[in-house]
Amino acid sequence: MSAIPRLQHHFEDLPKQAHAAKLGMWLFLGSEALFFAGLFTLYAAYRAHHPEIFRLGVAHNDLVLGTVNTFILVTGSLLVSFAVNALRLGRRTWAILLTLGTALAGVAYLVIKGFEWARHMSEGIFPGGKGSFFVENPEPAWAIFYTAYYGLTGFHVIHVTVGVGILAWTAWWMHRERIGPAAAYKLAIVSLYWHFVDIVWLFLWPLFYLLRNPA
Amino acid sequence: MKNYLNHETTIWSWLSTKDHKRIGVMFLVSVTLFLLVGGVFALILRLEHLTPDSTIVSANMYNQLFTLHGVVMVWLFLIPAIPTGFGNFFLPIMLGAKDVAFPRLNLATLYIFWVGAIVMIYGILDRAADTGWTFYPPYSSVTYTKAGPVLLGVFILGWSTIITGVNFITTIHTLRAKGMRFMDMPLFAWALYGVSVIQILGTPVLGIVLLMVVMDHNFDWGLFDPARGGDPLIYQHIFWFYSHPAVYIMILPPMGVVSEIVSTMAHKNPLSYKAIAYSTFGIAFAGFLTWGHHMFTSGMSEFNAGIFGILSMTVAVFSAIKVFTWTGTLYKGSVWLRTPLLYIFAFLFLFIFGGMTGVAVAATSLDIHWHDTYFVVAHFHFIMVGASLTAFLAALYYWWPKITGRMYFEGWGVAGAVLVFLGFVGTFFPQFLLGNGGMPRRYYHYSEEFQALNVLSTAGSWVLGLGLLLVLVTLIWSLFTGEKAPANPWNSRSYEWMTPSPPPKENFFETPRIQRGPYDYHLPLERR
Repeated sequence: MSAIPRLQHHFEDLPKQAHAAKLGMWLFLGSEALFFAGLFTLYAAYRAHHPEIFRLGVAHNDLVLGTVNTFILVTGSLLVSFAVNALRLGRRTWAILLTLGTALAGVAYLVIKGFEWARHMSEGIFPGGKGSFFVENPEPAWAIFYTAYYGLTGFHVIHVTVGVGILAWTAWWMHRERIGPAAAYKLAIVSLYWHFVDIVWLFLWPLFYLLRNPA
Repeated sequence: MKNYLNHETTIWSWLSTKDHKRIGVMFLVSVTLFLLVGGVFALILRLEHLTPDSTIVSANMYNQLFTLHGVVMVWLFLIPAIPTGFGNFFLPIMLGAKDVAFPRLNLATLYIFWVGAIVMIYGILDRAADTGWTFYPPYSSVTYTKAGPVLLGVFILGWSTIITGVNFITTIHTLRAKGMRFMDMPLFAWALYGVSVIQILGTPVLGIVLLMVVMDHNFDWGLFDPARGGDPLIYQHIFWFYSHPAVYIMILPPMGVVSEIVSTMAHKNPLSYKAIAYSTFGIAFAGFLTWGHHMFTSGMSEFNAGIFGILSMTVAVFSAIKVFTWTGTLYKGSVWLRTPLLYIFAFLFLFIFGGMTGVAVAATSLDIHWHDTYFVVAHFHFIMVGASLTAFLAALYYWWPKITGRMYFEGWGVAGAVLVFLGFVGTFFPQFLLGNGGMPRRYYHYSEEFQALNVLSTAGSWVLGLGLLLVLVTLIWSLFTGEKAPANPWNSRSYEWMTPSPPPKENFFETPRIQRGPYDYHLPLERR
């Protein structure tokens, strides 16, 4: 037996309540998109100011690690989509495992990202143009590039971390509440957030790893 | 009879409530408190300008005071006031719903608001920021004052705003009563829809850029420091991308209030429901394309400036559509000249004044002359105080019977309205002349030739302060001795008047079925 979600007193029926929850998540993601849009604007403007150093900075990043991370995140998104489908079909155990798989992908991403940051710091690259790297490369644009790098990837990492937490909690919740198809929409909403986090990375990947060749 | 106020009376029942009406009331109390705080700052500022040199505060403190006045008024009063107070209270009732879509999140917005406010107050008590409410870098990155907590407070408040926007749009889409189409909604709901769109799309952009300034200020990131390859102009662009639409966050809900009160007090259909509803979105949309007009003097090509100037003027077209529709609604109506309508008259007069000077400053050639002078200060106070605050007061009087179950005192209401209007004009009209004469804003000292007008402005601020005090005192007094309010004191057709005053906990005793529009004044009033 699986539990049916409780109908809150102000909704007529469950489908309407589910619709409201989904709509709310989409609106929130619209807001999140604009949050990152501000950061992308910052990047675009500074790249336009200092095209050459931004290109060199991108080339300095590890293309392989960035691409592996892309692969990991997209795989995670795929898994959570399967999880939603599994829950709709009533296969709770599969849904839980697949959701945990996505959370694991998130953790793998964080580990690789942390490794990249650690490497940058060992080279003397810190936000705000601090560290030995900037003594050797005194042009101010280097500082701006790496501050933008830490800023943008940092905000993305915060989102990934929150996402991993929510995914893990959702897996636990599915187990504890014996969630069935009727509440699959809740997992679908969580997956929406994860897809969003994934899509943001699909913008960060070119901005910080791919755009490295001279025009 | 049990209603939302007395079905439970413990303090905990308020603090833990998920009832949108109680949350709305708590927001109203909170923003009124901050209106008082911001108002006291303003009175001190005006007092300082009584003489051209030092009067009562030091130059540093003057810088801090105009910053705090701006920050408190913008983020703790103007932006939240009508949506979180009246919006929370009336949106579900107007839609025939029992609550907003996400009641728990709704309560969270109140707490987030208070956390943001407390963080901000901490920054205020300990070396308050002196950057101006716009926090322009590079100064904001290096100021010795506590800009960090104030910026962080604004960032936190942003979350409250965003969640409110998400909640309102979802509520409008999913919780309209059976039979209510979008075009049957009261116009206040349309205004809240429009403002929610701006809140959702604009606020995060402000949030991120202020967070960047926090990084610059507290951790020396140097993102906007020209010496380190940064560009302060980019800050200005991103800041105004939100903060100009923020003006429409402050004015669209008041416009919704005007639409309601005009129709009710004229007992007449709006001249065109559609014109009011659609122009809301015209303003919300055009509002996102005008931000550059704040930067005509900060290094912008003539071409860009021209485009931004023209786009800014389109806002006036949509606003004019509303103003003409409202006046057309009043024409040949059976008008009840009560306190709320008096404030609406003040709104119309001051809004047209503020709006038309806005068109004037959108013209680049004129803006160069007026930029950073008291002319601009007068212009935006005509919108923010002249329009937004008067509409807030109109809403307060209009919905007072519904919220509290008591009638206010008509005579005192009228007296307050007259004082507020006269005080406002006395305070801010001289500032147009001062600015045009060349007095710059945010300067501690001014030339002696400006003193006469400054004294007039300061005297005006006392009248305005007195008027607001009178409003506050008489309204609180009416809570205890006012007449019991009937369900529908204005003979309105709008849905919120179909339930008792104050409304029961679930808003209606039976699930409402919508059989007529909210402005069907040609139909007889149903008695219950």
